[in-house]
Amino acid sequence: MRTRSTTWSLLLAVAVVLAFSAACWAQVTQYDEDQRMNMESHIGKLTGHAKDGAPLYKRFCIGCHGPIGDGEGENAQWIDPKPRNFTLGIFKCRSTPTGTLPTDEDLYNTIGRGLVSSNMPRWFPLTDQDRADLIAYVKHFSPRFAKEKPGAALEIPPEPPVTAERVQAGQQVFKRVECWKCHGVEGRANGPSSDTLTDDFNRPIKPFNFHDETRFKCGETDRDLYRIFMTGLDGTPMPSFGDNIKPDEAWDLVMYLRSLQPMNTPEKAIAKKLGLKPINPNAPAAQSETK
Amino acid sequence: MKSLYKSAAILAVLVVVALGLLSTGVHVNAAAEGKVSGTIKLEGTAPHMRPIDMSKDPTCAKQHPTPARLENVVTGPSGGLANVVVYISQGLPASAAAIVPSKPIVWDQKGCMYQPHVAGMDVGQQLQVVNSDPTTHNIHPLPQMGGGNIGWNKSQPQGSPPFNTSWKSEEVAIPVKCNIHPWMHGYMVVVKGPYGVSDTSGSFTLDNVPPGTYTLTAWHETYGTQTQKVTVAAGKPATASFTFKAK
Repeated sequence: MRTRSTTWSLLLAVAVVLAFSAACWAQVTQYDEDQRMNMESHIGKLTGHAKDGAPLYKRFCIGCHGPIGDGEGENAQWIDPKPRNFTLGIFKCRSTPTGTLPTDEDLYNTIGRGLVSSNMPRWFPLTDQDRADLIAYVKHFSPRFAKEKPGAALEIPPEPPVTAERVQAGQQVFKRVECWKCHGVEGRANGPSSDTLTDDFNRPIKPFNFHDETRFKCGETDRDLYRIFMTGLDGTPMPSFGDNIKPDEAWDLVMYLRSLQPMNTPEKAIAKKLGLKPINPNAPAAQSETK
Repeated sequence: MKSLYKSAAILAVLVVVALGLLSTGVHVNAAAEGKVSGTIKLEGTAPHMRPIDMSKDPTCAKQHPTPARLENVVTGPSGGLANVVVYISQGLPASAAAIVPSKPIVWDQKGCMYQPHVAGMDVGQQLQVVNSDPTTHNIHPLPQMGGGNIGWNKSQPQGSPPFNTSWKSEEVAIPVKCNIHPWMHGYMVVVKGPYGVSDTSGSFTLDNVPPGTYTLTAWHETYGTQTQKVTVAAGKPATASFTFKAK
């Protein structure tokens, strides 16, 4: 026979169960129903919507980047470098100043290109609209995209023609700003500071090896290279040189760096013709490096 | 209807009175600005600070005929503990907390070491970063991820002009490093309101403290934080001392 106390106990139990499931439900769906699901992306004439990006993310991205975009997907433990944590709003591949958000176009290009020497593949096979929707969804993970505007995009002047003077001038820039401290005098990533480098998460990280590698983390063209050292790779030891290298000097440096790489470029041919030797860090500044 | 007008009138009067009270609160009486000063001591034997091997960069090594030492614990001859940042963590009126000194804090890279090793500064106070060394440095502050401050990473080659920046949010404390010279470490301690940093004699001073009772916090990178209540009266400087124990 059900007494009053058992009735109340039963009602209490039901109330607790309902409250618990309501709390769980709120926890799970609060994230989706968050205001940031209205996030949009704008790349040229394309407009992407986070709501449309969500199912694409769950199909293509969640395995590495995780359900809440923090880079803790189930694959993350097996891969190195680790997948990006979108919740922080810190990105390597940007056309914007260090410490600022990337533009929608930066993110759109990164997804398409993938990241060389990592497990992030090229997603060009997706449609442009899919990529735009995915970008909107990626942005929704970080409150920074709702509150901050991206930094001012770097203006890259047209590339001048390759000349011997520019390759040599580029070598002087390489010497002046001391790229060789990490990248090494031949770009072999064996500079004096190269073996102690750690990223912002305190994980060991290596500098780019110009001597052996043909493509960069954030692209493969001369413009990509220009952008990389002028804005820096946030989250890594690679700083921004935008305040210290003038646009004309920057193109000279691009050409010198190309001469260090293993491809048959005009820059490499010029360097060979000039007999350009690696810089000598211990020599006085005025000494030239040709024979 | 009449009673509605009456209630509205009373409400209006109350609002005006409240605003009046608030505005009198905002006015800070400069003549009564107080000070908090004191000494910070380290009890026990200070740990041995290892000499730094700067041989990977001869331009750095050359500047130190006797090797520089790590600066995690810096003490003076009479047991004073340096590089402790003292600030008001509770009780400061919003008006005083909003005051930002116009003098910039200078953060220098000299002898391939940060000078100062620990800098106190207010939210929004100008920070001027200088490279006095004949070598390239990169300045890489690492504020708490996901917090109110966003990190950045800038190169500063030899001979570059100083650059200015500031922090948006309180943070105790932001570690700063140079990726090129891995031994270089410092802290930027971002607070609101008056602050002081102790020297090797352990002495610190907080200026421009309005009269009131506050919680004072002292932070050290190795020994953590300690708090103390302090009362500042008009024209009567307060003292507060802290003692940290060497482990």
